[in-house]
Amino acid sequence: MARVLPKKDAVIIGLGWTGSILAQQLTDAGLNVVAIERGPWRDTATDFNIAYMQDELRYAVRKDLFLQPNVEAMTMRNDMSQTALPMRDYGSFLPGNGVGGAGVHWNGHTWRFWDSDFSIRTHLTQRYGAAKIKNLQLQDWGVTWNEIEPSFDQFEYLCGISGKAGNLKGQIQPGGNPFESARSREYPNPPMKMPYASTLFAQTMKEQGYHPFPLPSANLSQAYVNPLGVRMGQCSYCGFCERFACGNYSKASAQTTVLPVLMKKPNFEVRTECEVLKVNLTPDGKHAKSVTYLDANGVEYEQPGDIVLICAYALMNVRMMLLSRIGAQYDPKTGAGTVGRNYCYQTSSGARLFFEGKHFNPFIGAGSLGQTIDDFNGDAFDHSKLDFVGGAGISCTVTNGRPIGNRPTLPGTPRWGAKWKQATADGYQNSMGFGSQGSSYPVRENYLDLDPTYTDRHGRPLLRVTFDFPDNDIAMSHYLSDQMEKMTEPFNAKLAVVSRLKKGWDSVPYQSTHNTGGAVMGNDPKTSAVNKYLQSWDVPNVFVIGASAFAHNAGMNPTGTVGALAFWAAEAITTKYIKSPGALVQA
Amino acid sequence: MRSFVLAAALIAIALPALAANTDAGKYQVALGDCEGCHGKNLAGGVVLETPFGKMLTSNITPDKDTGIGNYSLQDFALAMKRGVAPGGRRLYPAMPYPSYAHMSDGDIAALWDYLRTVRPVKNSVQVNQLRFPYNLRFLMRGWNYLFFRPVPIGDASKSPEWNRGAYLVNGPGHCGACHSPKNAFGADKGPLTGASLQGWFAPDLTSDRNAGLGSWSRSDIMEYLETGRNAHSLASGPMAEAVENSTSRMTDEDLVAIAVYLSELPPGKGNGGGATGADAQIKAGAVAYDVSCAACHGRDGKGSVLFPPLAGNASVRQVRADTLVRMVLAGGKAAATHKAPTGPGMPSFGWRLNDDQVANILTYVRNNWGNTAPAVSAETVGRIRSALHSGS
Repeated sequence: MARVLPKKDAVIIGLGWTGSILAQQLTDAGLNVVAIERGPWRDTATDFNIAYMQDELRYAVRKDLFLQPNVEAMTMRNDMSQTALPMRDYGSFLPGNGVGGAGVHWNGHTWRFWDSDFSIRTHLTQRYGAAKIKNLQLQDWGVTWNEIEPSFDQFEYLCGISGKAGNLKGQIQPGGNPFESARSREYPNPPMKMPYASTLFAQTMKEQGYHPFPLPSANLSQAYVNPLGVRMGQCSYCGFCERFACGNYSKASAQTTVLPVLMKKPNFEVRTECEVLKVNLTPDGKHAKSVTYLDANGVEYEQPGDIVLICAYALMNVRMMLLSRIGAQYDPKTGAGTVGRNYCYQTSSGARLFFEGKHFNPFIGAGSLGQTIDDFNGDAFDHSKLDFVGGAGISCTVTNGRPIGNRPTLPGTPRWGAKWKQATADGYQNSMGFGSQGSSYPVRENYLDLDPTYTDRHGRPLLRVTFDFPDNDIAMSHYLSDQMEKMTEPFNAKLAVVSRLKKGWDSVPYQSTHNTGGAVMGNDPKTSAVNKYLQSWDVPNVFVIGASAFAHNAGMNPTGTVGALAFWAAEAITTKYIKSPGALVQA
Repeated sequence: MRSFVLAAALIAIALPALAANTDAGKYQVALGDCEGCHGKNLAGGVVLETPFGKMLTSNITPDKDTGIGNYSLQDFALAMKRGVAPGGRRLYPAMPYPSYAHMSDGDIAALWDYLRTVRPVKNSVQVNQLRFPYNLRFLMRGWNYLFFRPVPIGDASKSPEWNRGAYLVNGPGHCGACHSPKNAFGADKGPLTGASLQGWFAPDLTSDRNAGLGSWSRSDIMEYLETGRNAHSLASGPMAEAVENSTSRMTDEDLVAIAVYLSELPPGKGNGGGATGADAQIKAGAVAYDVSCAACHGRDGKGSVLFPPLAGNASVRQVRADTLVRMVLAGGKAAATHKAPTGPGMPSFGWRLNDDQVANILTYVRNNWGNTAPAVSAETVGRIRSALHSGS
């Protein structure tokens, strides 16, 4: 029998990026908040020691900071005819674990999705007609650009993002991204200093008539004091971002931006190494009364709360809803139900160029250090004569130039021995790459549900991912690979290798941790699990915050939009919901 | 019923007065940094390492069995100002009664009123764990006879701010408990010229321009005490606690007073000058510094809004480098305050740098960018490393 604890105003499941932001905003509004976090407490000063944080074997190869499958695994299949099998190790994507979540080990690419993303169905229908997207389950997000823009601004200033505005209140700015939607002000910090490869890429792209700009970065170009008074350091370009925590206080994370203030508040508490099993509803299923969790000793507790905020990783948010029966499971056959709907991923390919006599020095790197062109992203280019919609940002980043993982070699190089050694030494200094990170659009048959066979250590069904790259996205990616092939020509490289994405998603090699959807936001309760404020249509005192709310994934990294949605939901809760609890949008 | 009404009326009258005085008393807890030694809940049991052995701090909550619930105001005042507990039991000056002796009766009374309102905690503490013969409490009579000289500290020729500052620094603030060097019997000698304790070196607070605060403006001193940081330095170690528990909670007026007083302290003896004949150490240290330290502290030693500068940082230029060695070997965490909430950490480099490397880096840091201070030897680093390993 679970021990029932005193009631809190709000119970947060997961203290990562969104949980920290929600906790900060709700405690500011005077609420008593507890966050229940499955993983360990983590703090820069004690856990991210700059003197050993660059241990590539420990962190990048052995994945020290990540969720391990013995804690929670998932099952995978490409289509409904297959029997899903559990991932025995996380590969294609790497969910975070512990306080700070995936925000601890991210790279720091901080994008804003576009105006045309939030109203994607309306936009594409108007421009190309409904038939163009008839095979896709694209839908508007319910929130408009003008509504959400201030929340992007809040997140960027919280993090101290380094970048250059491309569109200030409708005025195109030289040096920025001309395709971005209008922003209300400049980035809080100037762009990072560019390494040689990115500089060469930008120069070559510019000569070809494209519009390169510095990738907006949560690695800080200079020391910064954020609006909460938290101080951050300047990035040292050490190149240990992805899969690592920053020991330098120079990569924005919950630890470096929010927690120093949040943890001192008397109306906030975090319980780490406590795993929420489910959200408990009243018998009519319309109100969440508490969450049940196990502490590190396996003791069961029930934590009542007036509001429950599900702030875990996108895929875990969906699973928590399904385990708690918040909303109805999506059925790909009938299209009924909303939880699990519109699961999307990321559609990427890359180009690698080999030169002679260069010194690219890739050890001078950072997680989000590079130049991008968005000329082929989203709907920045005309799709009327093309057999797909969507696109990709093409970025040349200098990152992960690390001794174990970064060994680019020419095709045909032996895989071991003296020749391999020589080739890796040559390849390290003489090669550079750029890649397309493409949109992932929803289709009827890509979805999430509970696995009928496999369970976790507590006997709960695992999440089942049914996914393959839709034909639309494959066509998009091939088009982007064609463009990249053309782009490689003026570099006059000794050799250029451009990859082409194939059908048949493989969950083993690492691709991207950008899993989105499954609890998407929208204006129609028949096609969205949460309303435009990320409030459950079915259980109005539950909010589900994260990339799970994305109605589709754009050709951009999700965290900027995740952060904006966190501020957006927090504002709705603090200014609307707590004054008058109940559904904020009438179904 | 009647007595209930009467009692309610009495409470109604008494409460506002009590509330005002408990606020004043709570402020005295901050001024005196009671939490620093007696713990957040004031129930004691915190270990103090002294040169004479280990002491545990006492329980000062109003618990009748294990705290000071049976004290009267007079008992309390006697303990605070004379070091004598009820029954004539002598306190050890680790409880800084030689400083508190300067406190006004009003402040003592306010503190007493507040302490009676805190939650009583049952926590029996075996305070005296000193080595023989220091564990003999009656010896403190002799100590008091020899060293306890509660002389007035005011100076009518000075400004009211200076006088308030003198009171705060020497009275409730008991700054000298850490910052004044001690004689062989643990009594203060030489005011606030810096001292070693518990493996740290509490820096010189005099107006000496090299080792002291001579290059700090009064607003620098205030900013440091209020936030834990300023353009020259960052509080860590025991001072981080003192800032968090005490100085960051002081009023602006009191911070001004302390700044005025400290800025007028006559310079101490300095740090004995720069390293001589240490060119090889400095050269090797420069290279090692660039590899291990420059990413945060800067090649120019100027730090940033987050990380402390090493150039012109008085704690880098103390006569003894204990604090620096300790920070490099074991790391540390800076003060986190309302106005500077980050509390950045210095990671431990003890596992990665050997004694020679640490000595070289610190000798370089202490003699570069305008700093001058004596060289640090590998033996010193080794001694501190062993002390850290043995947990003292």
